[in-house]
Amino acid sequence: MPQNSKKLNMVQAINLALKEEMQRDSSVVILGEDVGRYGGVFRITEGLLELFGEERVIDTPLAESVIVGAAIGMAAYGLKPVAEIQFMGFIYPAIDQIFSHASRIRNRTRGRFTCPMVVRTPYGAGIKAPDLHSESTEALFCHMPGVKVVVPSSPYNAKGLLISSIRDPDPVIFLESTRLYRLIKEDVPEGEYTVPLGRARIVQEGKDVTVIAWGSMLHRVLQAVEEFNAEVIDLMTLNPLDEETIFKSVKKTGRVVIVHEAPKTCGFGAELSATIAEDAMLYLKAPIIRVTGYDVVMPLPKLEDYYIPTVERIKKGIEEVMRY
Amino acid sequence: MPERIIESFNIKRLDILDDNGNADESLTPSLSDSEIKRIYELLTLSRTFDHHALSLQREGRMGTYASILGQEASQIGSAFAIKKSDWIFPSFREMGVYITMGYPVHMLFQYWSGDERGMKCPDDLNIFPLAVPVGTQVPHAVGAAMAAKYKKDKVAVVCYFGDGGTSKGDFHEGFNMAGVFKLPVVFICQNNQWAISVPREKQTASKTLAQKAFAYGFEGIQVDGNDVLAVYKATKEALDKARNGGGPTFIECFTYRMGDHTTADDASRYRSKEEVEAWKAKDPILRLKLFMERNGLWTEQYQKEVEEKSRDMIDEAVKKEEAIERPHPEDMFAYTYESLTQRQIREMRDF
Ligand SMILES: Cc1ncc(C[n+]2csc(CCOP(=O)(O)OP(=O)(O)O)c2C)c(N)n1
Ligand SMILES: [Mg+2]
Repeated sequence: MPQNSKKLNMVQAINLALKEEMQRDSSVVILGEDVGRYGGVFRITEGLLELFGEERVIDTPLAESVIVGAAIGMAAYGLKPVAEIQFMGFIYPAIDQIFSHASRIRNRTRGRFTCPMVVRTPYGAGIKAPDLHSESTEALFCHMPGVKVVVPSSPYNAKGLLISSIRDPDPVIFLESTRLYRLIKEDVPEGEYTVPLGRARIVQEGKDVTVIAWGSMLHRVLQAVEEFNAEVIDLMTLNPLDEETIFKSVKKTGRVVIVHEAPKTCGFGAELSATIAEDAMLYLKAPIIRVTGYDVVMPLPKLEDYYIPTVERIKKGIEEVMRY
Repeated sequence: MPERIIESFNIKRLDILDDNGNADESLTPSLSDSEIKRIYELLTLSRTFDHHALSLQREGRMGTYASILGQEASQIGSAFAIKKSDWIFPSFREMGVYITMGYPVHMLFQYWSGDERGMKCPDDLNIFPLAVPVGTQVPHAVGAAMAAKYKKDKVAVVCYFGDGGTSKGDFHEGFNMAGVFKLPVVFICQNNQWAISVPREKQTASKTLAQKAFAYGFEGIQVDGNDVLAVYKATKEALDKARNGGGPTFIECFTYRMGDHTTADDASRYRSKEEVEAWKAKDPILRLKLFMERNGLWTEQYQKEVEEKSRDMIDEAVKKEEAIERPHPEDMFAYTYESLTQRQIREMRDF
């Protein structure tokens, strides 16, 4: 464990990761809307302009496609850009750049050009925000080989995962739950440590049921499992998926509940269920249950609490598989 | 208060050679005789490449291909001004640029035959893989230019696209960002008058494409895209300006797509023979030939030699390409990420 630890929230932990990586490596640059003088709408990049100057903390015009597209050009040139998209609901104009180019530059040039960039964006509901400020469309990005999708669930992991993402040789979509930003504080060491990409973590061990979650849902899951002997997996990286950890757990418990905030249809839970059914079906004692957001357009704040899976709904899901 | 004019622009057009090869001497760029001959040889080589590519496609030995016929001056003229250390972000119709930069010709055939390995740019060049989506390469060029500026490298970035590309959002976003940060980038539009079947006037109501640059705070110029000297001069000046911190330039090369859009297209369905005929008189290679003849640089014998040399080079490249072994199926996994994923390792057992 490195040096000092401080109690930090996720905003502070991400800020610290950016600061330390920029100090360590002059090829790391930040670009996005309001990231410089303002420090970002969630204050993630606060203080970085003062430390690193406007050549490295770049306030861009309001244009998502060129934010990501320029990051691709920078990455190919040899920088390590960290692009911020102000909210996940505004990333869609940049999907063309992510899907058509970032994901395939390595392949199409047989490794001559690569795209070591990070696209950070706040995602998820629960902060009573306007339309398109509460999206969790992570599954879209998991359907694109060549892109990695990372979702931290706590300050400690946020810092370690972001450092790994910045150092990763391939493009990473880094999703930060707005609800978690200031919800929890935990010990976050100063200085260098990493949390590897592509590895899930067992948050708590258990015998009867495996509950799989990531990002914003993890904390509700931990409350919901209190009365059960449940094994909780925090995926942390959705793609590439850590199948090994999942299979090992499922083979032990024989029951699976998957929890996510996104709508059920074609959500990442569908991929997980199918993966488990294909490879561990014979170990299952009960059907796989998904507790998810509903198949509706994300409601505005008055109804958002009904949309996001609650502790009660997660408990009900677990009770259902425990009946078998 | 009276109304006032607070800003106005003039759009320049540059022509040096006329259709008969007469040059405006006050504008002629300083090129040695051997450089002019080299340009002529590259024009011929590129046309020979194009011709062979079309034949190979017809014979089923190559996939869909986008011809450069008629646009050679725009491509060779601009690329001749680019240094090897510069960065290039091409669209799919820039084979003349690749050839001028010294990209191995057999690799171009390899790419168009459906083999990714043909786009593995050699280490001494910085040419991004050609962009198949229209216009999406503009932001990449902008990003590379930002990186070059940040690293204080004395390189310029060149981005190619077509008239259709100027309608895309990425054109706007990229131009806008290039202007704001005064980046070392040269945007070259080959206005070949058509985007598949859509004519230039249906693409934009602007009188010229060049004028669009002024809205982003930098200069745009239209050049005769069939005049290799004009294209060279405009590009050279824009590159020097970019390298010296003068910011971006937009060059509209006014040219014409003499062939079908691609080998999958039939242009006779949407444009007249007369229109195509009229452009034949402006052939870019013929024009340089007339200029060279006037200046004692061209003879029948020289022409024969140039043609023969081009044919030999292309024949050899085709042979070389056709001798390359097919990639192994495992190869499609190898470059998704730097390392294979757990799932890919299992999927690869199929092979
Ligand atoms: C985003 C996108 N839309 C449509 C196409 C299909 N398409 C390929 S080329 C082309 C026309 C392009 O015209 P222009 O930009 O003038 O370039 P040119 O083909 O004339 O060189 C179209 C519509 C595409 N490749 N990408
Ligand atoms: Mg065109």
